[in-house]
Amino acid sequence: MTLNTASKGAAIDIRGVSKTYGSFTALDDVSLRVEPGEFMSFLGPSGSGKTTTLNLIAGFTDLSAGEIRLDDRSIGNVPAHKRNIGVVFQHYALFPHMSVAQNVAYPLKQRGVAKTERARAVDQALQKVQLEHFSHRFPSELSGGQQQRVALARAMVFTPSLLLMDEPLGALDKKLREVLQLEIRRIHRELGSTFVYVTHDQEEALVLSDRIAVFNKGRIEQVGSGHQLYTRPETLFVGQFIGESSVLRGNHLTNGSDTALTVAGTTLIAPGQAQGDGAHVILLRPENLTVQPTGTGARDGATNIINGTVREMLYLGAAMKYEVTLADGSHVIARTPTQDEPFAIGSAVELAWNPKDGTLLADDGSTAGHEG
Amino acid sequence: MPNTSAQHAARGPLYLTLPALAVLLLVMAVPLGVIVLRSFSEPELGLANYVWFFQTKVNLTVLLRTFSISFWVTVCCVLAAYPYAFAMSVAGPRLRLALIMCVLVPFWVSGVVRTLAWVILLQDSGVINRTLLSLGFDKVRLIRTQLGVTIGMTQVLLPFMIMPLYAVMRSIDLRLLQAARSLGAHPVKTFFQIYLPLSLPGVFAGATIVFILALGFYITPLLLGGPQSTMLSTLIQQQVLSLLNWGRGGAMGVVLLVATFGILAIASPFMKRKYQMSGGSR
Amino acid sequence: MKLNLPKLLLGLTCLLIAIWLVAPTLVVIPMSFAGQKSLAFPPKGFSLQWYENFFTNPQWFGSLIVSAKVACMVAVVATVVGTMAAIGIERMKGRAGGLIRAVLITPMIVPGVVLAVGIYAVYLDTQLVGTWIGYVLAHTLLAIPFVVIAVGANLAVFDARLEIAAASLGASRLSTFFSVTLPLILPGILSGALFAFVTSFDEVIVSLFITSPQLKTLPVQIFSSMTRDADPTVAAVGSLIFLGTSVIIGLGLIFGMKGRRT
Ligand SMILES: Nc1ncnc2c1ncn2[C@@H]1O[C@H](COP(=O)(O)OP(=O)(O)O)[C@@H](O)[C@H]1O
Ligand SMILES: [Mg+2]
Repeated sequence: MTLNTASKGAAIDIRGVSKTYGSFTALDDVSLRVEPGEFMSFLGPSGSGKTTTLNLIAGFTDLSAGEIRLDDRSIGNVPAHKRNIGVVFQHYALFPHMSVAQNVAYPLKQRGVAKTERARAVDQALQKVQLEHFSHRFPSELSGGQQQRVALARAMVFTPSLLLMDEPLGALDKKLREVLQLEIRRIHRELGSTFVYVTHDQEEALVLSDRIAVFNKGRIEQVGSGHQLYTRPETLFVGQFIGESSVLRGNHLTNGSDTALTVAGTTLIAPGQAQGDGAHVILLRPENLTVQPTGTGARDGATNIINGTVREMLYLGAAMKYEVTLADGSHVIARTPTQDEPFAIGSAVELAWNPKDGTLLADDGSTAGHEG
Repeated sequence: MPNTSAQHAARGPLYLTLPALAVLLLVMAVPLGVIVLRSFSEPELGLANYVWFFQTKVNLTVLLRTFSISFWVTVCCVLAAYPYAFAMSVAGPRLRLALIMCVLVPFWVSGVVRTLAWVILLQDSGVINRTLLSLGFDKVRLIRTQLGVTIGMTQVLLPFMIMPLYAVMRSIDLRLLQAARSLGAHPVKTFFQIYLPLSLPGVFAGATIVFILALGFYITPLLLGGPQSTMLSTLIQQQVLSLLNWGRGGAMGVVLLVATFGILAIASPFMKRKYQMSGGSR
Repeated sequence: MKLNLPKLLLGLTCLLIAIWLVAPTLVVIPMSFAGQKSLAFPPKGFSLQWYENFFTNPQWFGSLIVSAKVACMVAVVATVVGTMAAIGIERMKGRAGGLIRAVLITPMIVPGVVLAVGIYAVYLDTQLVGTWIGYVLAHTLLAIPFVVIAVGANLAVFDARLEIAAASLGASRLSTFFSVTLPLILPGILSGALFAFVTSFDEVIVSLFITSPQLKTLPVQIFSSMTRDADPTVAAVGSLIFLGTSVIIGLGLIFGMKGRRT
């Protein structure tokens, strides 16, 4: 398999799509374009509308408003079984009364593929997921990881140009999940199809995807590569959902091209202008912070300095993690290279960082802590 | 000490079942034993009663009719119960409750009373016939016919078909149908290739129960039927109570007993749920 | 949902079946108010005489009392015996449990008339025909399967580790049973008792054989009335039974649902 297969992927164009259940809005005017051959992840907390979006693409539910186009054809009137989209479910959805081989052959049978060709394709698909020796087993005789591999083989055996996966690894343990993540990446490269992958695990999304769409409360907050989302979050929700972060809240004043924020009596500078009059925050990544003895002052452009007390210190091998409490009671997490003489718990310290490493964001009320 | 308590723990469960087993022994095993014994020993030792049974044309006619009525009742029950149980398994909680009520209420109302209702409806001057007449059709004889018996028995036995079918259907993961559709199967094919095979154990379980219960039906055929629709149970009762011929009645009873348990034994492998229905996400 | 036509068809089919299940039984209600002694439908006139007859005629009312007494005794005996058996089966290791369970359920399957003839033969020899104990024994036999199934279903979802936990907290076997096991399987026991009561209250085939003019149950009285003449009193009885049953099942379902939710 070589690069030219990448042309097989389908483009998805989601335009102003909404979905309501009675008076409840599960999806609110969502628009998104997925490029051919792209690996796109839908990331967001449970209930944010990821599955709903996937079901709309697959044709399991009807749109309330908007349009979905596949390779520039509207698919609103195409029934699910004619969309030619592979779907992998979290619950596997293997047919319990059919063997592994029969399950994988099922989509080919529906398409009237001749018997010999069918057998060949099934073998090939099972080889791809390393289950060629299990073809006569029944689903109940397989482990969870094996069942999910069968589901994967079944969804790709008819070479759909688009493969949808809804938390396919959600029911598996961490170790197995990592193994299968690698396999899914490999299969994506080999097939060249477009993949849309739903997960609530940000690490999984970062590992797998070309781009990530972050869902929250029925809307897409931001779409971008993992790096973009991590370094340039556009909303506080995204900043907090992706990676570790600390949030400083305070009153803000415009200060030339930057913004000054008064946090616990200290004035801190953040790049860019505040949007509107609402409350703003500074989002900080732990690795951008320096922990230093009180009174050390600015060094190497780290001109934002604030005092605090070490509340917790964790030794992580190559790095150390500090949790520092500020005067206003908020907590900040800092990660530093391992020091020979770490700060003791309870000692007074200074946190310092370069103003351009902080991100100024409107306070949307979201709080830290996402499921892993 | 641990030894004795372990022994006690091992024997405990058996003691708990003894009272129930004693009731079964006294009120079922002994009486059935008496029946079997008499069928071989009255009026004299030998197979005479069985020879008589299988050489008398009337008996064979009734035996055949018993099977054929039971068969048609079973077929009707399957056809009616399948869509009903399916609706029960996909309905929302309120509708499901209503559907269950409709099954349970007649199920619990005494069989005699329900048969009385059918007598009223099916009689020659009953509602059905009057409706037919007013629509310009001819009168149909319903009461004292096999048709009438079949109609009544189907209604009485329908709950026995619906309940096991519903139990199996409820355990079928409807998301499998979604999966099948994503793999390119037309909804109609999805039903025949996925849903139907998975629901078959329920069909077999219900059909078996209905069939063997129908074989032994007594009250409904007696009240709704006539001489042309006598079933085996009525014949047994006549032999014992009217003719006081315990031997022949016993032999008939043994035939019915053997047929019932024979069918149960043959059918039971098909009633097992072969597949684990659960997905992986639990 | 685009599946409107199939959905509509399914709904219509189910409606017809529901009517077919319930409506025939409802026919007895108008019949019970008939003005004349006839079972022709629809009834002519209106009167309460059949209800009056039921409650004043000793033949009818006496048989109701007999049936109620027998059913109560059966409910107690069958529930105790059946619950014990269900617990024993659940605790049994290996295939023995399944075997005993299968044996205990056979009374449901044995053809009624065959069983009735056998019991009649034995009762004739032991002078049990037309006796209280005769009825209770026979009905208990028929009720045991329902209790075993109902309680067994409840025990199957009962978490046996709770008993171990109770033991680890110092409870004796007996006190574990009464403080932990019994409260948790009570719904099963109650529904088993209800099943047992109704089984006995409804039983007609065996009762027809072992009945006597002095001690007659209600179904036997209904049956003989139906075969003798067209007396609308049976319709009155049927209506009362229908009413009682609906109330009991309705309450059972409502409380059952509530219990499951907590
Ligand atoms: N069939 C339905 N009826 C009513 N509400 C629904 C239905 N399906 C989903 N929802 C609601 O829509 C919201 C989004 O659900 P979903 O897309 O499944 O979220 P997730 O991001 O966890 O996959 C949830 O609040 C859910 O409760
Ligand atoms: Mg979801």
